[in-house]
Amino acid sequence: MIYGADVSIVLVTIAILFVLTYYKKWGWLWREWLTTVDHKKIGIMYLIAAILMLFRGGVDALLMRTQLIQPNMHFLKAQHYNEIFTTHGTLMILFMAMPFIFAVFNVAVPLQIGARDVAFPYLNAISFWLFFFAAMLLNLSFVIGGSPDAGWMSYPPLSDLPFDMGPGENYYILALQITGIGSIATGINFFVTILKMRAPGMTLMRLPLFCWSVLGACILIIVAFPALTAALALLLIDRIAGGHFFTMLAGGNPMMYINLFWVWGHPEVYIVVLPAFGVFSEVVATFSRKRIFGYTSMVASIMVITVISYLVWAHHFFTMGAGPGVNSFFAVASMIIAIPTGVKVFTWLFTMYAGRVRVPAPMLWTLGFIPNFAIGGATGVMLAAAPADYQYHNSYFLIAHFHQVLIGGTVYGMIAGMYYWWPKMFGHRLNERLAKHAFWWFNIGFYVCFMPQYFLGYMGMTRRIFTYSPGMGWATWNLISSIGAYMMGIGFILIAADIIYSAFYGERDTTGDIWDGRTLEWSLPSPAPHYNFAVIPQVNDRDAWWESKQQRLEGKEVTALQYKSPLRPIHMPKSSGRPFVLSVCFFVAGFGLVFNWYILGILGFLGVGLCLILRSFEFDTDYYIPIDEVQHTEKAYGRLLHGEQ
Amino acid sequence: MHSLPRAAHLPIEYSTEDGSLRIFGFWVFLVTDMLLFSCFFATFAVLYRHTGTGPKPSAIYDVRGYTAETIILLTSSFTSGIATYFMRRDNKSGLVTWLVITIVLGLSFIGLEVSEFVSDAVTGATLQRSAFLSSFFTLVGTHGCHVSFGIIWMTCLLIQISKQGITPVIARKVFITGLYWHFLDVVWVFLFSVVYLIGGMY
Ligand code: HEM
Ligand SMILES: [Cu+2]
Repeated sequence: MIYGADVSIVLVTIAILFVLTYYKKWGWLWREWLTTVDHKKIGIMYLIAAILMLFRGGVDALLMRTQLIQPNMHFLKAQHYNEIFTTHGTLMILFMAMPFIFAVFNVAVPLQIGARDVAFPYLNAISFWLFFFAAMLLNLSFVIGGSPDAGWMSYPPLSDLPFDMGPGENYYILALQITGIGSIATGINFFVTILKMRAPGMTLMRLPLFCWSVLGACILIIVAFPALTAALALLLIDRIAGGHFFTMLAGGNPMMYINLFWVWGHPEVYIVVLPAFGVFSEVVATFSRKRIFGYTSMVASIMVITVISYLVWAHHFFTMGAGPGVNSFFAVASMIIAIPTGVKVFTWLFTMYAGRVRVPAPMLWTLGFIPNFAIGGATGVMLAAAPADYQYHNSYFLIAHFHQVLIGGTVYGMIAGMYYWWPKMFGHRLNERLAKHAFWWFNIGFYVCFMPQYFLGYMGMTRRIFTYSPGMGWATWNLISSIGAYMMGIGFILIAADIIYSAFYGERDTTGDIWDGRTLEWSLPSPAPHYNFAVIPQVNDRDAWWESKQQRLEGKEVTALQYKSPLRPIHMPKSSGRPFVLSVCFFVAGFGLVFNWYILGILGFLGVGLCLILRSFEFDTDYYIPIDEVQHTEKAYGRLLHGEQ
Repeated sequence: MHSLPRAAHLPIEYSTEDGSLRIFGFWVFLVTDMLLFSCFFATFAVLYRHTGTGPKPSAIYDVRGYTAETIILLTSSFTSGIATYFMRRDNKSGLVTWLVITIVLGLSFIGLEVSEFVSDAVTGATLQRSAFLSSFFTLVGTHGCHVSFGIIWMTCLLIQISKQGITPVIARKVFITGLYWHFLDVVWVFLFSVVYLIGGMY
């Protein structure tokens, strides 16, 4: 089966190369996409990658569920099962959830704050390509050498050299390290963007809630990812340089890894879920046609979650003997997070209350999320009770819980965001009928899949077992759970079908404001011109675009958004191929280290160094778009500027 | 985004919008770098008594060596400050001179550190020997790599200054390398106290 997969990967690659060559698209691809520094295009590339990785991770999930469908199945071998749950977890968290949130960051943040790009567009491109080539590196493990198999947390000593010789673990470490560097850069980039690039008049308390949640996520990235970098670096030193950080000999201490890992790992969960909360806030306000209820308490709860989620990592190893004092602290801190989260859920409900609620696809996913999160939150508090965790630890109860929040929170949120901003990205909307079918297949499948796993946990089924014997009484629930997984698979296929169908037949968005939106991105045409705003808007209110529409309806002079100031030439960064080349060099270096081919590794790093030096000597990095061209573009969009009829 | 008009009342490196944006971004980067070092410090603090069959910290530390390193690095931080001072006065030769002095000091720091590492390795105290030594070489070595990177960076800047003189872009770059260099100095102060002083007591 593995060989079959290898062959099909090679065939697909050849087919893509052939199509590109046949239609002479190489130059176009390079000029328009591979070298772009435009945040909107980078966002689209993140989105495509995230969906592909969701597919790959989903196939892994279905393989596992197929293996567990009955007792004593012989579909996968134990080693395959280990590799699959490891790559499934790793891919889903780092190569699906992360790029998915970065996709919506890139698509929405600069437009919402009235900026022409992110603070560091060139760095933004580097972040994307580092992620992309890291993802390629990890996926390559499946074809060359063997996949990692020590679980997505890769705890030593299991992941240390004596217990895990093959290159699989090296792939894991290097791929995560490379994408982690990119993520830190993205965190810094959006942190600075939101703090420094807001349009005049947009005070922090006028910032759209999505941007607030991105700010929270970026703070967490900045404080949490260095711990992952450190943990992986030390593990790599253990593995390829013979270090003794986490070994069982010469004084190593595996607990040190576990602590460092979760200092990153727990905040990571909030890094991927906070932006989803942000999307829900935008969606609920837009489709209830109401200003969000309790804006200030929303902001406060985002910041409280940001701080507390950094302080609870040890709840991931209550059972590893830290003692009652430590466990109590982390148990209480973990439970406290339920309070701000509850605040948010009620704020969404109150916003809908007495609003004129419409339920197109983005709203559907938002409504679907609320019960999920209520259940996931409740089981989370159950897990946070340290003594009870001795019972649930590493059982299917845990599996059910974290899928309930990761899928019910992050995946639902990102899909809602995708439907919501799709018209802004591509200029057409996705088909509603297909979207509804997809939602119901996925949502019902979701409960069918994960509810039985709570029971399985209570019945003593532990995670990461590749088969079980018939006498355990687990067979029925496992069968039901697997059926649910297939239903979710159908939901996913319907989403993919919707994307393809709508690319040809989707309803065009001619107004740029297809949902009757509230925030600045809806004041632009869809898709937005590459400079975003011909004139930077002046913001006088929260929900600036909505307010300006209200004023126009009342026949007043529009003050909220003024396009009166004259056009000026627009200063933009130049495209560059170097982020791509730099990331290829990282890939080469990583690939060399995976197999301990130090020459290749050193060559890769020399390439990286050379790219950095060349950048340092480059001064011609930006250009001006002349006024004529801006005017021309705006006219083509049917947008004549004030006084220039 | 970046617009180029200069504001006269600000120091030259902050005079463009782009310049102040990048300097702010670099501060945030320093936060992440500091956290990376914190993790290595924590690892050292946990592991420095875990010497296995290898030597204890006090057995391999060379007091004169690390004292000299400390003095040299602190001085270089000072000289890099003087370089910034001359840059703000628009004094190109002053800037170049003090940058060169900073680079030379940095190089001698690295030289001392490398000779310290080599003499440890010769006595069999290598990274592979014990958990203590792994954490020692990783923490001190990471700092050393940062310093080397800074030296290369400043050398590149030196070439650019000699070609272009002091422009807002150059000034921003010089200022950022200065921040980086001071940051490495601060890290070294912790390194000196935790690794050499506290570690040396065991
Ligand atoms: C699409 C539906 C999904 C299904 C049917 C599914 C199913 C599974 C299964 C069967 C396991 C292995 C349980 C075991 O034997 O220990 C697993 C583990 C895991 N899943 Fe999923 N999953 C899905 C989506 C996701 C998503 C969206 C995420 C994250 C965003 C995710 C993250 C994880 C993680 C972190 C693990 C633990 C891996 C490990 O133990 O090392 N899954 N999943
Ligand atoms: Cu946690």
